[in-house]
Amino acid sequence: MRPFVSLIVFLAAAAALAVPAWADEPVVVHLKGHKFYPSTIKVKANRPSMITLYNDDDTADEFDSSSLKVEKVVPGHAKGNIRLRALAPGKYPFMGEYHAATAQGVVIAE
Amino acid sequence: MISSLIIVFREVIEAGLIVGIVLAATAGVPQRGRFVALGVAAGVVGACLVAAFAGELANLFEGSGQEFFNASILLLAVAMLTWHNVWMASHGRQMALELKAAGHQVKTGERTLTALAVVVGVAVLREGSEVVLFLYGIAAQGGTSATGMVAGGALGLAGGAAVSALMYFGLLSIPAGKLFQVTSGLITLLAAGMAAQAVIFLQNGGWLLYFTGTVWDTSWLLKEDSIAGRLLHTLVGYSEAPNGAQLIAYGATVLTIVALMRLVNQRHQAARVRHA
Repeated sequence: MRPFVSLIVFLAAAAALAVPAWADEPVVVHLKGHKFYPSTIKVKANRPSMITLYNDDDTADEFDSSSLKVEKVVPGHAKGNIRLRALAPGKYPFMGEYHAATAQGVVIAE
Repeated sequence: MISSLIIVFREVIEAGLIVGIVLAATAGVPQRGRFVALGVAAGVVGACLVAAFAGELANLFEGSGQEFFNASILLLAVAMLTWHNVWMASHGRQMALELKAAGHQVKTGERTLTALAVVVGVAVLREGSEVVLFLYGIAAQGGTSATGMVAGGALGLAGGAAVSALMYFGLLSIPAGKLFQVTSGLITLLAAGMAAQAVIFLQNGGWLLYFTGTVWDTSWLLKEDSIAGRLLHTLVGYSEAPNGAQLIAYGATVLTIVALMRLVNQRHQAARVRHA
């Protein structure tokens, strides 16, 4: 009996640990002409998610959001994976810091 | 021009405040100017390198190289700030000044200056690499706006430098007896804020995913990306919605530094009594 219980506990723990941190497919976003496409990104609330940002411009930009706690430089013609922690439902604005006049967007967790 | 002024100003303030504190914390220590200048110079060179190899850096660690790098240099700075505070606690401001001449002590004085030069270098590197990437982008685009942007950048640099000078002279206006306590306290909070920021970078890199839930939210009171919010973020690690891991790192850093300072201070006092 006892080994059986500990086996169950072990398997449950292993299953819990084996769930990948970012289970969903990443949301693909492009930065072109210093604008985000799409600029409104929807993710599921209360679970981690990931944005893959392709910078199609010639120069670097920084994906910056204090509400998302992210600062990530993505060089020109490169991509960057931006990991988002589990978000409470709500709106989280972000910007391309080097071109903040045009590069604006929002993550909506729902 | 305005946008480049703002961005350069913002980054220079962040590094400049740290330089101001370090200069005030080492007031009276011989050769500190040289060490701080070396730290700034190394930071500028490092910033250019980081900017130039941003792509290569980002690709390390399955795309989390940037986060790993930022967390590492922040933790290095935390270690150096801790070391400085503990050294100051064991020697004391007065001793540090008196022992200018003694060969052995000059060497340990140089060690804490080296530690702080590393801190300055890290601060300049982090903020500087953003400025370099930003200005490079403008230069690469060319056009008529480039001159205005560069002028804005120069103005931002001057403005940021002025704020850090204010910080320095503001601190120096504190009576000498209290200055050591104030700078020790500032450095402790600076280190704690950096440790909390390092945790964020680690989490964004996919590591250390514990206690990621927001503990409280004061964004209604003070936005982190407002000017005051940014200043407080740099100085004491203000975060508008800290998560559990951030708070743990912050608290653990403060406790560790205070405990170590107490410990060496007691030992030092005991040694003094024995010698007397």
